[in-house]
Amino acid sequence: MRQAEFRDALLDPDLPVPAGLTDPQGHPAGRRFDVYRNNVSVSLAEALCSAFPVVRALVGEDFFAAMAAVYVRSHPPGSPLLMFYGQQMADFLSTFEPVAHLGYLPDVARLELALHHSYHAADRPAVASETLACLAPGQLMESRLQLAPAVFLIRSQWPVHSIWMANARGGPPPRAEAQDVLVTRPQFDPEPELLPKGAGRFIARLIAGHTTGAALEDDLSFDLTATLGLLIRSGAITQIIPGEPK
Amino acid sequence: MTHSMKTLAVAGSLAAALSAHFATPASAQSKEKCFGVALAGQNDCAAGPGTTCAGTSKVDYQGNSWKLVPAGTCTTMELPGGRMGSLEALDRDLPQG
Repeated sequence: MRQAEFRDALLDPDLPVPAGLTDPQGHPAGRRFDVYRNNVSVSLAEALCSAFPVVRALVGEDFFAAMAAVYVRSHPPGSPLLMFYGQQMADFLSTFEPVAHLGYLPDVARLELALHHSYHAADRPAVASETLACLAPGQLMESRLQLAPAVFLIRSQWPVHSIWMANARGGPPPRAEAQDVLVTRPQFDPEPELLPKGAGRFIARLIAGHTTGAALEDDLSFDLTATLGLLIRSGAITQIIPGEPK
Repeated sequence: MTHSMKTLAVAGSLAAALSAHFATPASAQSKEKCFGVALAGQNDCAAGPGTTCAGTSKVDYQGNSWKLVPAGTCTTMELPGGRMGSLEALDRDLPQG
């Protein structure tokens, strides 16, 4: 018996039990292997259930369980950290034909994954708001704002924040609109915050390392006050890195 | 827009954001770190899913039933303007790009 044969059979119950498996008494251990491979699939599927509760609510428990079994077979864990299992769920959903008509589903999965990563991200103290208050008018423009490791940006053509709120927190039914979401972690629990319209591009450029001025380009059409307020309130800014003086 | 106008606009936004922030009572640090109480699946040790015998009765955990129709809350969502409650209908209202 080779390891590859064992591994393949582990993920596919249609394959026969690898030959040569025995229990401590030397008897064939086919049934033990069946129990073991069932436990592998079930535990990975359970990890997906706990990681993607809103996707699960959207497609229904039975459908999710069946879909999780397909995912588990095609995406064995790439890391021993079970908490990060499901990394490729968004890509999987965007190519999984039975959910092709639910175009928003991959973005919902991205948001849930971001919440998960935010929960496990490293701590980083936020810049004191007094420090921000002491910046000279030009300084903010010339500085780069470093965001916390727990901060994630999800940009979507779908009302992904409303869909999440409706299913996770009993929010009102989503309206048809594009939504950008900033996942923050003010204390220890991640929070998906709806960004003001048009702020997603600004935040993306901040994350990419542009100075505030460069990140804005010439776009002041979005609510910058609300956006900065969100970053300050959620403790998302961890460092103000002065740019090169002009 | 000139550079100085932009700078002033941004400084004004920061000032407004900060004054709103300072006007809000500081939220008490109501939480503390507590180790050893992570929910199942949210820890990375051996205590998560997989250490129980959940589902051992279903030896053959086949996935052939994925042709089930997704029947979740997505189809109960209501849209304004008399649209039907299906998110598939969102296709027609989306901004481009």
